Amino acid sequence: MNLTLKIWRQKNAKDTGKIVEYPMTDVSPDMSFLEMLDVLNQDLIDKGEEPVAFDHDCREGICGMCSMFVNGQAHGPDSMVTVCQLHMRSFKDGDTIFIEPWRATAFPVIKDLIVDRSAFDRIQHAGGFISVNTSGNTQDANSIPINKHDADTAFDAATCIGCGACVASCKNSSAMLFVSAKVSQFALLPQGQVEATDRVLNMVQQMDDEGFGNCTNTGACEVECPKGISLENIARMNREYLSASFKG
Amino acid sequence: MALDSKIPQGPLADKWTKHKNDINLVNPANKRLIDIIVVGTGLAGGSAAATLAELGYNVKAFCFQDSPRRAHSIAAQGGINAAKNYQGDGDSTYRLFYDTVKGGDYRSRESNVYRLAEVSANIIDQCVAQGVPFARDYGGLLDNRSFGGVLVSRTFYAKGQTGQQLLLGAYSAMNRQIGRGKIKMHTRHEMLDVVIVDGKARGIIARNLVTGEIERHSAHAVVLGTGGYGNAFYLSTYAMGSNVTAAWKAHKRGAYFANPCYTQIHPTCIPVSGDHQSKLTLMSESLRNDGRIWVPKHLKDVEAIRNGSLKPTELAEEDRDYYLERRYPAFGNLVPRDVASRAAKERCDAGYGVNKTGEAVYLDFASAFMRYGKEQAHVKGLDENDDALVRKLGQEIVKNKYGNLFQMYEKIVDQNPYETPMMIYPAVHYTMGGIWVDYNLMTTVPGLYAIGEANFSDHGANRLGASALMQGLADGYFVLPYTIGDYLADDIRTGPISTDSKEFDEAEKNVNETIDKLVNNNGSKSVDHFHKRLGKIMWNKCGMARNEKDLKEAITEIAELREEFWKEVKIPGNADEYNEELAKAGRVADFLELGELFAKDALVREESAGGHFRDEYQTPEGEAMRRKEFQFVSAWEFKGEPKDAVLHKEELEYENIKVKERSYK
Repeated sequence: MNLTLKIWRQKNAKDTGKIVEYPMTDVSPDMSFLEMLDVLNQDLIDKGEEPVAFDHDCREGICGMCSMFVNGQAHGPDSMVTVCQLHMRSFKDGDTIFIEPWRATAFPVIKDLIVDRSAFDRIQHAGGFISVNTSGNTQDANSIPINKHDADTAFDAATCIGCGACVASCKNSSAMLFVSAKVSQFALLPQGQVEATDRVLNMVQQMDDEGFGNCTNTGACEVECPKGISLENIARMNREYLSASFKG
Repeated sequence: MALDSKIPQGPLADKWTKHKNDINLVNPANKRLIDIIVVGTGLAGGSAAATLAELGYNVKAFCFQDSPRRAHSIAAQGGINAAKNYQGDGDSTYRLFYDTVKGGDYRSRESNVYRLAEVSANIIDQCVAQGVPFARDYGGLLDNRSFGGVLVSRTFYAKGQTGQQLLLGAYSAMNRQIGRGKIKMHTRHEMLDVVIVDGKARGIIARNLVTGEIERHSAHAVVLGTGGYGNAFYLSTYAMGSNVTAAWKAHKRGAYFANPCYTQIHPTCIPVSGDHQSKLTLMSESLRNDGRIWVPKHLKDVEAIRNGSLKPTELAEEDRDYYLERRYPAFGNLVPRDVASRAAKERCDAGYGVNKTGEAVYLDFASAFMRYGKEQAHVKGLDENDDALVRKLGQEIVKNKYGNLFQMYEKIVDQNPYETPMMIYPAVHYTMGGIWVDYNLMTTVPGLYAIGEANFSDHGANRLGASALMQGLADGYFVLPYTIGDYLADDIRTGPISTDSKEFDEAEKNVNETIDKLVNNNGSKSVDHFHKRLGKIMWNKCGMARNEKDLKEAITEIAELREEFWKEVKIPGNADEYNEELAKAGRVADFLELGELFAKDALVREESAGGHFRDEYQTPEGEAMRRKEFQFVSAWEFKGEPKDAVLHKEELEYENIKVKERSYK
């Protein structure tokens, strides 16, 4: 099939950037979206032009590195996939496809479609852990039975890949889904209880300091999340935050 | 230099404990004066960085991705082994040790493997304490499943995302230390050289991938947890950025490279679909717990399936060849990876491949749906004879176990694996070879360590499933943090290492020259052009089956390709900016050297062992034929060009295991 790509090109953080149009011919429906961009880049290199820079690594939907806005949707039109798993069979001959980076104050553009998501790491530094030394001198793993439902719910929250689609999809650029996924994982497990108060207060503080917006319950984040992280996590974090604030 | 593996004396089961008691320690106040560089933040690098920082050392960690959490350990699916014997099915430290040595086709070091088995149970305790959400049963205790090559259930898992959960555990431990300032994290940085001062590793040269700046970083010791080199094959299940550069630069600075030809070709990957393909996707080995592998018995059915006139689900049971169950009744579909991969190749080479390219076999869950469904129907008091109901109930159970894998398959292939069997074919997945290390995980360069997949030590010629995660975390959490202290105990009075020395000057100059050469090379072909051609040579001539003629050709062809690369490669853009083509070019340049050494190693090893299969050395039944005279580790010393590399041998002694024919029949 033949396509028209309209891609955000921005040389570096200081550049203003603009949309540039590229025609694409003979695209196979079995290609992944990133493989289609590989073909474009190969053409650009052959012509002596600079290829489109985009983040990607595992290309199997788990590392969370790939991050692009395709036709106004984070990771493109298919649901429950990252853009590396999006396949061209989701498009049809003659389509025009707009490709842009995540847009959020807290995610400045580095080049073209690549943004700086280190704010996510800094939120994790503030409390995304259980303070246990890795000496191995802990108790036997089976000494604390954990209700299967709680363990499974904690796992579901823990599957967040930190891609930032939630922030990019939110009209407020809120990181609540991301932060609440980590807060929930630990809040649901007995191991996480000891530091629960400090964890939620510190992580939310850091989230605010990074310039992410607040949550107004529109739910776009959940819809666009490639891992289906549930909005219930935000509700749980709000409860945790409220009770932590009283304990102070 | 003679290889000294520094294996402690004494009975096998006491070696590690005794060694820990014998080695030097660094007192807490002195640890604050010592810097350690850790390159790579996967399970090995991440866990090492966190633990070393907890102990009090100043850690400088590096990764090329935008966050430590992206390292490719995250993509490991099936699970992690540990000799916990929670299932009471006869597991023990010795059995895990035995299975690993046998699985590695008697080409690994007994003492290292025993230590790995010994610390394995602790890993699970540690990870649970960190909040890793492993799968649990209804009683709230941890669940297990089976993996290939073993007769017990010792694999702990978190659905099909075990690697992700373990890596995020290590990442969280790192985050705690980054927050405390004990780890200084450098993301989007690539290591381009090791700096050796007075014979000791004292730092690295790294490139900031965003600004292009070349940086000097010093430390008292350098640890490489930089993974494997399977991307030499271009198409593999590795991440796009996975590379050999750090390990190769270390090799060029004096670290011996061991067993480069030992590559794992994983039996269950999604088959190649076309020329545009950039990578291959693994379907976890855990699927072989419940999936049965088959091809049609008759070529006429193969033809009908390929042209679409017959659906696989329509083929009668008696017309299917469940070839693993037929050839290996004792282990069936759960034979080790090397055996399963070769068996798939054998059937496909004989013309029984079930897709258009002829390179695919079926992985079928139909009988698992019915088996689980019957059990569920019984539990729920429903009609066990209602096939449709039973299948639906069974599909729910399978979905709970492997849901994300089934979804991934459907997204890539556009077929529903609940309705029709999956198609799979072997693909490059892991490298057992790597930098040679002694019992302390130190390379042949003092102060330079290699951990996880980057070293060669524990898996011999073939790695068993769910053992990579175990080894990465064992090295990082529980082994290196002890052994590195023994070395650093001599460094407590050294003081900070200056980056203002002739050694750093020389290393930085080297790096700059290479970059200048690449960026200013007015060639006409892209980096990928060369990478793909290298991959084709590797796959066709150094792949699942190798022979003398092919390997000799590969050596010549790779050397020629390397020459052409340096003449003809074209890099757009500049060196002082984000430039992915430049980064890729440096990595491919190293793969082009490693590839030749790989083929040379495979040529020298005139036997078949594990993932290394030589056509000339097989039993009449087509099984791998080991040869006693090759019971050694090949450790290669760099001498300028891959063709000049010098072979050193570490003889392998088996005192606690009887070396016998490896049979899974």
